[in-house]
Amino acid sequence: MAILEVKNVGKRFGGLQALGDVNLNVEENSCHAIIGPNGAGKSTLLNCLVGKLIPDTGSVMFDGQSVLGRKPYEINQMGISRVFQTPEIFGDLTVMENMMIPCFAKRDGSFRMHALESIAHEKDIVGKAEHMLEEMKLIDKRDMHSASMSRGDKRRLEIAMCLAQEPRLLLLDEPTAGMARADTNNTIDLLKQIKEERDITIAIIEHDMHVVFSLAERITVLAQGTPLVEDTPDNIKGHPKVREAYLGETQAA
Amino acid sequence: MFGLKKHDSRLFIVVAVLALAAPFLLNPFPDGSAMAQFNAGYPDLMQRFVIFGIFAIGFNLLFGLTGYLSFGHAAFLGLGSYGAVWMFKLLSMNIIPAIILSVIVAGVFALIIGYISLRRSGIYFSILTLAFAQMMFAIAYSDLIGRFVGTPITNGETGLQLALDDPRVLGISATPDGSIPLTNLFGLEMRSVFNLEVGGWLFTFSFGYYVCAVVMLLSFYVAIRIFRSPFGLMLRAVKSNQQRMNYTGLNTRPYTLAVFVISGMYAGLAGGLMASMDPLAGAERMQWTASGEVVLMTILGGAGTLIGPVLGAGFIKYFENIFAKINDNVLHSWFAFMPDGLEDLMVTIVHPFVGKGWHLTLGIMFMLVVIFLPGGLVEGGQRIGRLFRRRDDKATSVESDAAEQRKPAAE
Repeated sequence: MAILEVKNVGKRFGGLQALGDVNLNVEENSCHAIIGPNGAGKSTLLNCLVGKLIPDTGSVMFDGQSVLGRKPYEINQMGISRVFQTPEIFGDLTVMENMMIPCFAKRDGSFRMHALESIAHEKDIVGKAEHMLEEMKLIDKRDMHSASMSRGDKRRLEIAMCLAQEPRLLLLDEPTAGMARADTNNTIDLLKQIKEERDITIAIIEHDMHVVFSLAERITVLAQGTPLVEDTPDNIKGHPKVREAYLGETQAA
Repeated sequence: MFGLKKHDSRLFIVVAVLALAAPFLLNPFPDGSAMAQFNAGYPDLMQRFVIFGIFAIGFNLLFGLTGYLSFGHAAFLGLGSYGAVWMFKLLSMNIIPAIILSVIVAGVFALIIGYISLRRSGIYFSILTLAFAQMMFAIAYSDLIGRFVGTPITNGETGLQLALDDPRVLGISATPDGSIPLTNLFGLEMRSVFNLEVGGWLFTFSFGYYVCAVVMLLSFYVAIRIFRSPFGLMLRAVKSNQQRMNYTGLNTRPYTLAVFVISGMYAGLAGGLMASMDPLAGAERMQWTASGEVVLMTILGGAGTLIGPVLGAGFIKYFENIFAKINDNVLHSWFAFMPDGLEDLMVTIVHPFVGKGWHLTLGIMFMLVVIFLPGGLVEGGQRIGRLFRRRDDKATSVESDAAEQRKPAAE
């Protein structure tokens, strides 16, 4: 069953047709990659899924419900978590505080006025956050300022924060962009582990083919705002249209 | 203690002791001595210390935690004063209903202004709050509402005052000897003082001051609880990264609105107390300079710290009242030991910085603090503390290392 159904989505910015007519189904508990050259509309598509942009045409259904017109926090509460290209964490807070916030959001919803209770007394939240940090091997950085961590650790924390909300769909926007090879491999291993251990659907936008081919079960190739092909990684590798889109090769060459 | 962690309880106890012993601590110089003019232990000024302390604590909840810089907070202070004076005019001279009304009035207005202003952030939010405050100042100053209703509401530039023919349904309109009754707490008058003479010192204990001090301590306690609560954590998260907040399923609007209202209610409380000490309310309390002052207090003391705003408020009010009193005669007496020419020169040099020029000194100090101590006076204190601790560390470095390692486990 498809957990995410994108139907005929189009988005125009002034004279630029960023998304033409996108149809995309992401199967539950699969890992679906969206690739494409720069300017293909990958990020626009992602922003349409999380409520940052509203598409001009078409529909986006998550688990049978439309996400269009909902605010980002509402869509998140429906079960979609997003990891950003540059890790978005709470840089002024400690790692532990970062970790507690999604735990509160999961338990209490989008707003709760608990102004006179002490965090120290929230045993279940503290326990859950510590458990997550342990699982993500960040527990030794518990009281560190999150802004002073390495890029790889920030990414790890951001993913941990998303997972703490127990999302059904995890969206990753170029999770290894700007990372060193070792950090990239660590992230791949982490994502593989997440996929194995949890009931979670992953949709990933990525430039790095190494990452895509080691994770994805389905791949959609996007070019100039429209999906070119959708297939398994093996079939995508040798597909002439993909080579054309990426390398500018013509059929004749 | 009281649901606070050890560290916070210690801070609270220190503040409580300082506030309650203020009549002694702020009067270090014997009465009549040359230094006596630096004494700040008289009721009027001490009341101002704690009242502006409350104002700054509330402002810091908004600005220090969420980073939203309101430039119109004095409006809530002024509203609180008007509310309290109206209660004195209509109900009774007891300060409890007056203060309750001032908090409610300020809270209602904060809800409306916050709801509109919080649609924007950063500089636009500041400008919106400033615009609202100036509008309210103009309305109060011209008594626009009063002119519509037909009876004075804010009484324009004269300010709202008590009169002998006020109804005061639960109290008396006038005392038997024909004067306006005094503000009181169940019969105990705010003005009542108890003087204690010890040697050359004269200590004045004012009931009004102690009422203000207790209210300040309660406000401080609530502020600590808010700082350490999940709500406080969310507010700091708003300051740190709103994008991540939204994509973590959290709606930032109700959080910022809630703290804006709380902060406005603190300002209303301060305004109500101010009117309780001296029952009149004027529009100048709502002017933008008054809003700027609380921003200065908070930044000077240390925005986002617990004790900073109180320190900043005390610091600025001390300057305003003590430095402003130093005139040329005082300066001449200070430099009297110097040869005549030199004495005059020194007086000329120092003159622009004292008396009416106290703003200049304050401005310089503010610049120095912002440039060298971005964390305010609190950071200065911490640096000095660290300096001492480092000296200790050298002696017992092994122990402190162990203590350092133990700390995360203990917390």
